[in-house]
Amino acid sequence: MLAYTIYLSFAGALVLAVLPRAWARSARVFALLVALCGLAVGLAAYVSAGTQGSVAVADVAWVPAMGIHYTLAADGISRVLVLLTGLAAVAGILFSWNIGDKEGDRANEFFAFFLALIGGVYGVFLSVDLFLLFVFYEIAIVPKYFLIAIWGSTRREYGAMKLALYSFAGSAMVLIGLLAAYATAGSHTMNLHALAQYPFPVSFQMWAFPLVFTGFAILAGMWPFHTWAPTGHVAAPTAASMLLAGVVMKLGAYGCLRVAMTLFPHGLDPWGFSFLGINSWRTAFALFAVIGIIYGAAVALVQNDFKFVIGYSSVSHMGLVLLGLLTLTQIGLDGAVLQMFSHGILAGLLFATVGRIVYERTHTRDLGLLSKLQLGKAMPFAAWLFVIAGMASMGLPGFSGFVAEVQVLIGAWRAFPWFAVVAGVGIVVGVAYTWRAMQRAFFSDLPALDTNGNAVPVPEYEPVTWAEKAGVILLAGTSLLIGLYPRLLLDVIAPAVQALPHALLTGGRP
Amino acid sequence: MTPVLTILTAIPAVAALLVLLAGHRAHLARTVATLAAVASLALALWIWLGLSTDGAMTFVERSSWVPGLGIEYHLGVDGLGGLMLLLSAIVSLMAIAASTKVASQPGLYFALILLLESGLFGTFTALNFFHWFLFWELSLIPAFFLIKLWGGEGRGPAATQFFVYTMVGSVALLLAFLALFLATGSMDFQVLAQMASSGELATAIQTHLGRISMWLALAVLLGFAVKVPLMPFHTWLPATYSKAPTPVTMLLTGAMSKMGVYGLLRLALPIFGHELAQVRTPLLVMATLTVVAGAWAAVVQKDLKRVFAYSSVNHLGYCLLAIFAVALPAGPNEAIMLSQTAALDGVVLQMFNHGLTAAAIFWFLALLEERSGGLLGINDFGGLRKPAPVFCGLMGIALFSSLGLPGLNGFVSEFLIFRGVFPLSWLSATVSVLGLLITAAVILTVIQRVFSGPLPERWKSFPDLTTTERLDFAPVLLLMAALGLLPQLALGTINATMTHLLAGWRF
Amino acid sequence: MNGVNYSDLFFTTLPETILEVVSLLVLVVDLGLLRKSAQSTRMAVACTLGVLGSAFAILWLLVHPQAPSVADAALVATPLVAAAQIGILILTALVFLLSTKAKFSRNPGEFSAIVLLGTTGMMLVAAARDLLVIFVALELLSLSLYVLTAFAKSVAQSADAALKYYLFGGMSAALMLFGFSYLYGLTGTTSLSGIAKSLATQGVTPLLVVALVLVAAGLGFKVAAVPFHLWAPDTYQGAPAPVAALIASGSKVASFAVLIALTGGFITSSAYAQGSTWVVLLVWMAAGSIVLGNLGALVQTSVRRLLAYSAIAHAGYMLLGIAAHTEQSGAAVLYYALTYALTTVGAFGVIAIVERGAGSDRLDAFAGLSRRNPLLAGTMLIFLLSLAGIPPLVVFWAKFNLFAAVLRSPSASHWGLGLVATALGASAVSLYYYLQVLKRVYVLKPIETEPMPISTIELATLLFIALAVVLLGIFPGLLSAWIPLG
Repeated sequence: MLAYTIYLSFAGALVLAVLPRAWARSARVFALLVALCGLAVGLAAYVSAGTQGSVAVADVAWVPAMGIHYTLAADGISRVLVLLTGLAAVAGILFSWNIGDKEGDRANEFFAFFLALIGGVYGVFLSVDLFLLFVFYEIAIVPKYFLIAIWGSTRREYGAMKLALYSFAGSAMVLIGLLAAYATAGSHTMNLHALAQYPFPVSFQMWAFPLVFTGFAILAGMWPFHTWAPTGHVAAPTAASMLLAGVVMKLGAYGCLRVAMTLFPHGLDPWGFSFLGINSWRTAFALFAVIGIIYGAAVALVQNDFKFVIGYSSVSHMGLVLLGLLTLTQIGLDGAVLQMFSHGILAGLLFATVGRIVYERTHTRDLGLLSKLQLGKAMPFAAWLFVIAGMASMGLPGFSGFVAEVQVLIGAWRAFPWFAVVAGVGIVVGVAYTWRAMQRAFFSDLPALDTNGNAVPVPEYEPVTWAEKAGVILLAGTSLLIGLYPRLLLDVIAPAVQALPHALLTGGRP
Repeated sequence: MTPVLTILTAIPAVAALLVLLAGHRAHLARTVATLAAVASLALALWIWLGLSTDGAMTFVERSSWVPGLGIEYHLGVDGLGGLMLLLSAIVSLMAIAASTKVASQPGLYFALILLLESGLFGTFTALNFFHWFLFWELSLIPAFFLIKLWGGEGRGPAATQFFVYTMVGSVALLLAFLALFLATGSMDFQVLAQMASSGELATAIQTHLGRISMWLALAVLLGFAVKVPLMPFHTWLPATYSKAPTPVTMLLTGAMSKMGVYGLLRLALPIFGHELAQVRTPLLVMATLTVVAGAWAAVVQKDLKRVFAYSSVNHLGYCLLAIFAVALPAGPNEAIMLSQTAALDGVVLQMFNHGLTAAAIFWFLALLEERSGGLLGINDFGGLRKPAPVFCGLMGIALFSSLGLPGLNGFVSEFLIFRGVFPLSWLSATVSVLGLLITAAVILTVIQRVFSGPLPERWKSFPDLTTTERLDFAPVLLLMAALGLLPQLALGTINATMTHLLAGWRF
Repeated sequence: MNGVNYSDLFFTTLPETILEVVSLLVLVVDLGLLRKSAQSTRMAVACTLGVLGSAFAILWLLVHPQAPSVADAALVATPLVAAAQIGILILTALVFLLSTKAKFSRNPGEFSAIVLLGTTGMMLVAAARDLLVIFVALELLSLSLYVLTAFAKSVAQSADAALKYYLFGGMSAALMLFGFSYLYGLTGTTSLSGIAKSLATQGVTPLLVVALVLVAAGLGFKVAAVPFHLWAPDTYQGAPAPVAALIASGSKVASFAVLIALTGGFITSSAYAQGSTWVVLLVWMAAGSIVLGNLGALVQTSVRRLLAYSAIAHAGYMLLGIAAHTEQSGAAVLYYALTYALTTVGAFGVIAIVERGAGSDRLDAFAGLSRRNPLLAGTMLIFLLSLAGIPPLVVFWAKFNLFAAVLRSPSASHWGLGLVATALGASAVSLYYYLQVLKRVYVLKPIETEPMPISTIELATLLFIALAVVLLGIFPGLLSAWIPLG
């Protein structure tokens, strides 16, 4: 049943692609219906599968001579991420409801590309055949390019191209690793589980692991390959930013876990020698992740473009996810997956606030200019939404981020104590930049008088539309729900993490 | 068993949502808020009366939440918590009553106050770190916005300073408790206290984390030191208290500062008693400093709000003094234990008394400010006894309670504190007496400058208290008198609780 | 040469015969019957006849079982060869369909006839296993293509390109013949299997190395590999669009077919398995083509030149497969060549339409194509993404299959991984320049907004090709009856 998430999305994209240009309004309704169906399927599957292990979804021979099968299955981690995709998709469409209002908006194409991207993402999360996973991963690249290049804003062509090329380069690296693994294992199969059991020589794993991990980590925004992310997110239209930061970056982290770490667990072993304190790929990548956390947070602190703040904050949060993955402990991995979900929702909410609610109305993202607009009074909905989303993003208890961050920190403490400390500092800096942005954008201490002593009137803006409200309720409500009752997700994630190869849960010890 | 404590915490939160919908209709918003506050007060009173007499936890609620992280939904209330619940309810009601003129967005304003009240209730009933911390933070956010959006001139920097200081303290608390979780696998206050008194905690910390118990204790201490505040972590207070809208100051001084003292009693002393005992002397010095310097600073202030801001620092300094004095490693010495119990009783009672009194005083200040058109300098008034005798009389009662006049509630708690601290640390007690004297001077000066003396022309027609206002204040002042004359109304339960708690603490 | 079974020979070469007969028929019809008709009618008829001819040939190949080898193994008819031939015929048919509305020539009959002759050459090349037959067939193909390149008589560029093509081609043909002569001298036979047997017993002599280099030069020219690629950009740019399509597709397939055969012939013995000169030559040519082809395409503003450089790069990928010289890699190269050719024909078809409608093939001419003709833009999207190697389009499969085969080949253990990595990296770079075209098509504002005219038959052909690219990409097994995957 879960496979329908993929089929519906692609079918919807196809229909939208051939829809006549004049049917723009129907296009967005149709797209919303498709996305809702996808979400419903994902939710139904999530609930019905409960906490059981892997749920088989499809298994058809594709190119049997090469051992490639169309195999889909969903363990707990995949089910959680499919749910995230559904939520992000529906929210993204709701926040793009204004596309199609004007002639020349090309709404059909927008929603077609959007649904195609969603379909690709669903496919990655559900694939068990590595070739199939790679196919879906690549399929997702092209719609991203067009979404940003056509409907984006600041430097959109540059941002789109950079994103596409970085993603493609990353996937090229992954393909090399996959091909090598396929060839070494005798070219019989591309099935993840079968290949995971193949005893690749340790020397092979020692170079294949960093290659594949880096390939996926590029998409996850790992420092120092993260530079596409802020540019891309800022350039992208709101819905695309929500998807990019919310879901697509998680594709990278998912790939790191599902492919790199599962196939080549011995790539994480110590090298036997130590270089500047780093003694294994695990430590090296954990170091990069931690640098990403701090760097992203520090740079976000000095940005003047509101969207850039959120963009860099995504880099920082993804660093936390990667760190969690590399702790190789149950609690760290649990936290990493939960953080993937939580940040997915919150990034969507933040980008929606900044991009859709604020930018659409004020046409500026410059914090200095925004601080003069008394947005706390002019747009109370947006202001308070940002307060809530910001608090959640900071890791305030009661929202989804807190439990995830605590889990990652605890896992990191057990694995790399000093990194845990630095990560903690990064989280604190996170408080600072969120606070700063919130203050400047919404609650600046502007005197209510201008130079002549006249009261500066509060600017009037269009009221919040029903679509925006619905999107907000969906995302904020989810974050609150998970924050108050994280077991809704943790009970599904934990068994799935338990089922990962043993080497991944024992702190790297075989 | 009905989850009374959850209901109590939920009432203001739900009401906050309802009030938000009222939007710009100030009257409706205030009415709903008042109703919610009254309901909470009624329930808090019911809880207080239903407390068990042996000082153990009552109305306990427990359910599993996130077992993997030791997070449990664990609530309970004893004499200490129950009194704080009552205080929060009373002060919140007073703050709402004092908010007669809200400049803009009244719905949001009252919603934030109610959220703050909910946060207070949650903090005082939580027994597991996770949701204790959740409510701790939850009270911070509304406070910040209340100051930021409705405060006076210069409110922005004041609000930010408030936020930053409290946040730093919160982070320190969080880190310390994460470390405790790493060492013990539990976040439950009772479990941790039990482990501390049996010595297991020290061993656990040593094994898993190394010799960092002192650092953890200091981190926890920092978190609370900022909140109470303890000098020198108090620098945020004067600006915040004076720039905040006065009803918010009532909440800040009346209830929020007590969160810090409560935290020391519920978390710091039980879990880190041993470590605190080791740094007792420097802590006593700082507490004494807080008492004396707080009072002294109040003397030189020219703005009435700042006078009483510093006076609050002084009054809570006594609590700190007592708490640190109690951290004395002595064997099962009957006399010492009696003194410790007395001191602790005094602390709890002082929390309540000061909360009540300070809130009342600031309420009077709000009325003064309103009638004077914004002026609140100590020298702006004079001779108000003539045009507004009732006003001065009632305010005088509150002021004398703050001074510690026997017969009013302030005296009992301060007496108990000194009764307890003197045997435990005579030097700090002696020096702190200075604080009493200086405070007396301050209060009397205020009375003299504001109530007596020559009456300036402009105050000739200073309006006296209206009937509504008199009725508003009456219960508060009656309570002050009642507690002053019949302290056993509260002391019975408090004493039972503190004895019970003290028995479990090891220094 | 005794015992040539002439009836076998006749039936085996019947498809080629059909083509030649049809070419003569076209000349007769056009010059005899349609002399007074309008240009467009003549072109339409000529192309239709060409399509029919190809169709008959395909039919014959499918239906009639063929003798495995004839004329003393000068020509073979293995399933792979049949697949290559059918592929070539389909490509020719598609080129014909796309040129029905072309206006570049006043001699449609000749055009069609020479195309058919060229196709005959391609088919013979694919089947040939004797040096002389290879040479003759290659010359038939090349001469046809030289002439076809010059067919747009009103455009100076066409003649210019044809001249360059001819000079280059003539020289490289001469070099190749020279090399063949040395091979004959070394081994005493012109049959590939005979050469293989003979070389197995000899050592590596300087003369052999020279011979191999010369042969490599000749064939490298045909496939546009570095350093023999210089003719490609100009020729692709100057030739009429259908001709460019043919050069890029059919001739490539044929040339790679012969490369596969030759490689099989040169390195069948294990003595030459490691570090064989031939492999070394191929690997260097491959590496150069991959790098130079992709880098060169980055700066192009003419879409035709862009495709030319991309063709050089793709030739590089295929040469890797040839260098790996296993059975699977050979099949993979053929699969790649055919699917790549299919996609390229489609791309050139779109270029022809755009040139007709917008006047040039510069990037700007494509601006706003998605508004001017959404279907056409959609097909271009599919073709270019296929060339970039984006799944689920067919060239992605071809790449995956090819690189997997290279990695699996035992002789590629030294250089396989490094070069595959380079190839994949270069592929990533290639997305940039394909996206440049697509950016114009979809993203940038159109310079003109009137719809781009296209005739039904051209649109239908392009849609068919696009559909095939997508379907073969989703179900690669469809071709496995002819070309085994894996």
